[in-house]
Amino acid sequence: MINLTIDNKPVQVEEGTTILKAARQAGINIPTLCYFELNGMKFENKPGGCRVCVVEVKGRKNLAPACATDCMEGMEVFTHSARVINARKTVVELILSDHPNDCLQCEKNGDCELQALAKRLGIKEIPFKGAQSTYRKDATLSVERDMDKCVMCRRCETMCNKFQSVGALSGVNRGFQAVVAPAFEQNLGDSSCVNCGQCVQVCPVGALTLVDNIGDVMKAIADPTKKVVVQTAPAVRVALGEEFGMQPGEIVTGKMAAALRRLGFDYVFDTDWSADLTIMEEGTELLGRVKSFLAGDKNVKLPLFTSCCPGWVTFYEKNFPDLLDYPSTAKSPQQMFGAVAKNYFAQKIGVKREDLVVVSIMPCLAKKSECARDEFKVNGDPDVNFSLTTRELAHMIKQCNLDLNDMPEEDFDSPLGQSTGAAVIFGATGGVMEAAVRTAYEIYCGKPLPKIDLEAVRGIYGDSVRTATVDFNGLAVKVAICYGLSNARKLMEEVRNGNPNGYHFIEVMACPGGCIGGAGQPYHHGHSDIIQKRMEATYREDAGKPIRKSHENPDIIAIYKEYYGEPCGHLSHEQLHTHYFDKSDKIEATK
Amino acid sequence: MAGQINNVGLIEVPMGITLREIIYEIGGGIKGGRQFKAVQTGGPSGGCLTAKHLDTAIDYDSLVAAGSMMGSGGMVVMDETSCMPAIAKFYLEFTCEESCGKCSPCRIGNKRLCEMLEKITDGRGTMEDLQELRNLAAVIKDTALCGLGQTSPNPVLSTLDNFWDEYVEHVVDKKCRAGVCKKLMRYEIDREKCIGCGKCAKGCPAEAITRTDYTAPGHKLASMVIDSEKCLKCGACIGGCKFGAISVK
Ligand code: SF4
Ligand code: SF4
Ligand code: SF4
Ligand code: SF4
Ligand code: SF4
Ligand code: SF4
Ligand code: FES
Repeated sequence: MINLTIDNKPVQVEEGTTILKAARQAGINIPTLCYFELNGMKFENKPGGCRVCVVEVKGRKNLAPACATDCMEGMEVFTHSARVINARKTVVELILSDHPNDCLQCEKNGDCELQALAKRLGIKEIPFKGAQSTYRKDATLSVERDMDKCVMCRRCETMCNKFQSVGALSGVNRGFQAVVAPAFEQNLGDSSCVNCGQCVQVCPVGALTLVDNIGDVMKAIADPTKKVVVQTAPAVRVALGEEFGMQPGEIVTGKMAAALRRLGFDYVFDTDWSADLTIMEEGTELLGRVKSFLAGDKNVKLPLFTSCCPGWVTFYEKNFPDLLDYPSTAKSPQQMFGAVAKNYFAQKIGVKREDLVVVSIMPCLAKKSECARDEFKVNGDPDVNFSLTTRELAHMIKQCNLDLNDMPEEDFDSPLGQSTGAAVIFGATGGVMEAAVRTAYEIYCGKPLPKIDLEAVRGIYGDSVRTATVDFNGLAVKVAICYGLSNARKLMEEVRNGNPNGYHFIEVMACPGGCIGGAGQPYHHGHSDIIQKRMEATYREDAGKPIRKSHENPDIIAIYKEYYGEPCGHLSHEQLHTHYFDKSDKIEATK
Repeated sequence: MAGQINNVGLIEVPMGITLREIIYEIGGGIKGGRQFKAVQTGGPSGGCLTAKHLDTAIDYDSLVAAGSMMGSGGMVVMDETSCMPAIAKFYLEFTCEESCGKCSPCRIGNKRLCEMLEKITDGRGTMEDLQELRNLAAVIKDTALCGLGQTSPNPVLSTLDNFWDEYVEHVVDKKCRAGVCKKLMRYEIDREKCIGCGKCAKGCPAEAITRTDYTAPGHKLASMVIDSEKCLKCGACIGGCKFGAISVK
């Protein structure tokens, strides 16, 4: 242990603790800008670049960055001496002097860490006037880049390179011209980017933002010739409340359904319903592959990878073109829902598919790009027209003079609204796996699963890759789960090297903790406990559901009876499954 | 050893030798017999030392104590034709180029220092700017991440310390005593001396010279005048006037 004083207060910390953390332990909150951590989730950005966190250390010539300086025995630290406050203010004034400062028109207004910092330090004017560094604007279907607002904190870069191992962003140019950009300064859409949007989730300012589709959706609602259907993803209901001042982890399913109805959607449905459908298709596919394997088929592709995360799908299309036969061909729940809505449901209510507008509310930015993929269109008409994020939905609700807190509890509409606990947990890492096991076990073994909760696969902290073995009547089914594409990359490389651990089924989610930590969710500003609370809410919602297994969902049973016949049958192959493309040229170009 | 000195080149000297010995003995003194003004030691992030430092011994500690450093071992000698705010700006332009851009004080701060020095040498500076300049330079030194940013304000701080009067002249009197800062120069025609030949006006690229309605006693033609707003300070007129009527102030 190390003893030091911070603002004359004695503090004892473990060796290797930074001044920043020691100060927090002592109840002193030193401001930061570039530093970013998802505690317990193996994500830390510590470039020591912004110099906002500087403190005075007795005997040291210059000020020390608290985030990047380890405590030493006997250290005397001062966090608010006149010298420190002056330096900190000057540094923030400098940052603001090279910033557009157009908060009123900024996507980040109210959520911006630079804005909060300026307020906290009481910045009243910026004494430095001068040139502004500027860079061309750029956007993909999911992410918008305005580097004029970039403060060079490098959080995006660490996220993209270390956590996702995508490597789409890095520092380019030098000095005043320095920016974060893809290699060779190409556009993000031409790079290795997979549109996971995590760079947006961690960007402290409005330099990286989402592509806003609220206007498109409002227009569709206002169009009398259109019927507008909305579906809401599992992770949205455990996070939306945060935008309305509720505690993280409040479940707002019923209030959200009520708000959506008041926004003018004609049918308020649930992506949870199609998550149950996904389990039927993916679970059947898994059993099919396992059975072929047991029957001696040497060409069968195992492990089966989940395919419900479009960030992950794009990642393997770009990085593992030789392994495109491994992931499940089942569409993501968003796209399954779209296919069912535009085929089955449009027909059922007698509306032409072009006149049915399908909107999804997702925790995700990758879904905006996913729904625009050509293979998910029929004669140019997309199965899902627009994908909004949790944050956009909150904006829409506020724009329409509503407050989620005041909403009554309402149900989803039928027939694409009823879901099970298995679908709810899709939102958390390990959830798809657990849901699939609940169904696959019972179909394979022909008897009820002895223990419904597969605790071994749950949790956002701990091992990067979680594994479990489930006994399917003597058949040991080996599963692995991870979030973060750098972990997925390791698993893919294992598979390339012959799958030495003998996995049968692997679940991958791109975002920290799965979709509950998605890039379209309310900003967590690095508080991993917020993601933890969303996860707890997810499992609470599951436990409270009368039906917790996808194959027992009466609406799912009904749609197979009425329309699809059987899982992985002919019609479901046509509508509910997809195929993958070799997109490695995007990576090759930057090599 | 470089600059306005008779013998420039590479020299090897023992530690502890004084600046005076190097400049006046090895360097052979200042070019054209002009006055020594300053010596910048240690490369672009060193400091500018003055005549009062001439007997400083050249070693690591003494140079730091005097407000400069050993750095690269380079020395640039300057005489009275060097303007110190302009010299500080010259070095800052170099460090702006060299900044990697990782930390905010160096990335943005050095750029701002440069811009403030430009304002001062352009004659747009104020006394507040001088305070701000000193504060910013000190904060950059105190907060930058690496050695480059921690030393890049040295030319500013050392010239502010050693040549404060010269800065004040730039912002208050709008004068550059070394005659380096073009925007602070004024070309003027002495209307009594001007015979009104108009040669200067023909040669002026900015059409800044016009005829007045004043004819000096003893002259036939009205004398000329320079519009200093239009004047580019190119110096063409002054060389062309055989009557010595044009001067720079
Ligand atoms: S990024 Fe933040 S500080 Fe900058 S304009 Fe947007 S809200 Fe304002
Ligand atoms: S969206 Fe994801 S993959 Fe694309 S640049 Fe951002 S972090 Fe990287
Ligand atoms: S784009 Fe955002 S996250 Fe990336 S370096 Fe700039 S400010 Fe930081
Ligand atoms: S983990 Fe969920 S939120 Fe994140 S990219 Fe994948 S599907 Fe989207
Ligand atoms: S001080 Fe160093 S790290 Fe910071 S921008 Fe300058 S050169 Fe880069
Ligand atoms: S200095 Fe040049 S521009 Fe100015 S008046 Fe003389 S000739 Fe014209
Ligand atoms: S927060 Fe410590 S240097 Fe940026």
